[in-house]
Amino acid sequence: MDSQEDKFILGGRELKSRLFIGSGKYSDDRLIPSIAEHSGAEVITVALRRIDFESKTDNVLIHIPETMQLLPNTSGARTAEEAIRLARLSKAAGCGNWIKVEIISDAKYLLPDGYETVKATEILAKEGFVVLPYISPDLMVARSLVDAGASAVMPLGAPIGTNRGLKTKELIRILIEEISLPIIVDAGIGAPSHAVEAMEMGAAACLLNTAIASSPQPLVMAEAFGQAVAAGRKAFLAGLGVDQTIAQASSPLTGFLHE
Amino acid sequence: MNKTRGIYEELKPYRNFDYDGFFSGLADKDIQTILAKDQLTALDYLALLSPAAEKYLEPMAQKAKAITLKYFGKTILLFTPIYLSDYCTNKCKYCGFSALNTQPRKMLTLEQVEQEAQVIASTGLKHILYLTGDAPTISSVQYMKNCTKILTKYFSSVGTEVYSLTLEEYKELYEAGVDSMTMFQETYNEALYDDIHVAGPKKDYHFRLDAPERACQAGMWCVNIGALMGLDEWRREAFFTGLHAAYLQDHYPEVDINISVPRMRPHTGDFQPLVDMTDMNTVQYILAYRLFMQRSGITMSTRETVDFRNHMMGIGVTKMSAGSCTAVGGHIHKNANSGQFDISDERDVEEMKKAIRQQGFQPVMKNWEPLVGES
Repeated sequence: MDSQEDKFILGGRELKSRLFIGSGKYSDDRLIPSIAEHSGAEVITVALRRIDFESKTDNVLIHIPETMQLLPNTSGARTAEEAIRLARLSKAAGCGNWIKVEIISDAKYLLPDGYETVKATEILAKEGFVVLPYISPDLMVARSLVDAGASAVMPLGAPIGTNRGLKTKELIRILIEEISLPIIVDAGIGAPSHAVEAMEMGAAACLLNTAIASSPQPLVMAEAFGQAVAAGRKAFLAGLGVDQTIAQASSPLTGFLHE
Repeated sequence: MNKTRGIYEELKPYRNFDYDGFFSGLADKDIQTILAKDQLTALDYLALLSPAAEKYLEPMAQKAKAITLKYFGKTILLFTPIYLSDYCTNKCKYCGFSALNTQPRKMLTLEQVEQEAQVIASTGLKHILYLTGDAPTISSVQYMKNCTKILTKYFSSVGTEVYSLTLEEYKELYEAGVDSMTMFQETYNEALYDDIHVAGPKKDYHFRLDAPERACQAGMWCVNIGALMGLDEWRREAFFTGLHAAYLQDHYPEVDINISVPRMRPHTGDFQPLVDMTDMNTVQYILAYRLFMQRSGITMSTRETVDFRNHMMGIGVTKMSAGSCTAVGGHIHKNANSGQFDISDERDVEEMKKAIRQQGFQPVMKNWEPLVGES
């Protein structure tokens, strides 16, 4: 496919960038507009539990460019019920109908609860939310999410905040092959090379936060990730060369057959 | 949920452990090996608390800084305590609220709670921690529930630091809107605990030791524990606190486990710390804990000095109190009763926010959305 025709439509919105960014962990929320600009990202996730809807000064939302697609997340929810409550609060507060369902009942490894995620997704999708669920890359859970009405599936590359890259690469590859929805790799991406790797595999997009927020030069790193995601996508569209597992020997063992 | 055998049993192997022998057997290469690990065992943690690890504070700090940045970012969560009542039936040798002290006592009326809440909320704080002395017939669970109802109107997160409650009572508070619980064991040394808690319900070592676990079982989102540093040998207290935190995290993975490292401060009464804990000791404790429990929050209160608190941002500490007053009604009445202890960092919330920003961090005022209630 020509990269010019490579449209990415999610939740009815066409997105030019396949990099999604987070809004947490920065030394100052006022950095967010510059991060968005340097990265080219059009989707930004925000922890609902962090938003102070009543405050005009300590409210992360005031720093998010209006052109960006807000992706509120349910971080802090430990059950489907809590995630649903947060999602409804988000919608009622004017944050739109996109929601990243993030249900974590394991504070030690911050791994998501697939069962509760499916339950929340089913209810929220029926209520008209564009649901992007965060999961461990499990094919059966992903299939259930398709049935539940998710708009994409967001498997982790490695646990949140670890910057360890695509430790779950094989499982993500299976999701990309088997699931018809966009696969957005979320969590664990710590270097632009990790993002390239995910996109080359055929991931629809990448979401990351820590790698940019914890960089000594977050703006430069944001730019690097924007370029990495674009390059990885282009490589995927171009088609990677075939892995050569058998060496082309300069003195073939079977050459004598043609002599 | 995993079956638990109780923290008391979990700590048992370490009660008569040969600490001196363990510490004297540590060589530089042992510390270096531990510093190269991703995951530490309990004995690795103890080794980092050892005298042998003292000369490795800088590499420990570098690693702790990277871990803290990774999981918490450049942020410091701010909260403040509100003292509801200083009536207390306990006779604890070290505490300003002790029934052994004869100062006038006070308990806020619900109207005064509302007034204090309004004053505190006007600073922008969204996380509050309420405290009472141990007088169940005065500052009852019902009184706390009434206060919680008021506080949830002004704050997104309401925490409780009160006397040990039963599981049912913690559940009642949770249902009323309390999302976090703090409980200091004071000392893990059972004999010392018995000695310094002269009389009163707090004398029950086991009931207090098990209180954080009951809070976890009651559904609290965040549980904060700690030992009061200055009562017993700090390395052991730090070790037991870490083991306690690890036990709770292992058995209640859905709960956010935090620790505090309170050092004894001057207060009403003449009790002097039994053990001196220096700034260097405190730093070593925090760094070792951060390397042991990477995702656990660490709170530093206004007991510590301005300079010390400023330097601790980013190398482990994730939460700080601000604009604190340890006297009942102290936010609306400057001439309130004596507090539980003297604070050291007297910066108000705005000054604290400014200082956090100057250190290159973001002061976080809100990090919780109440999740109990109708969905």
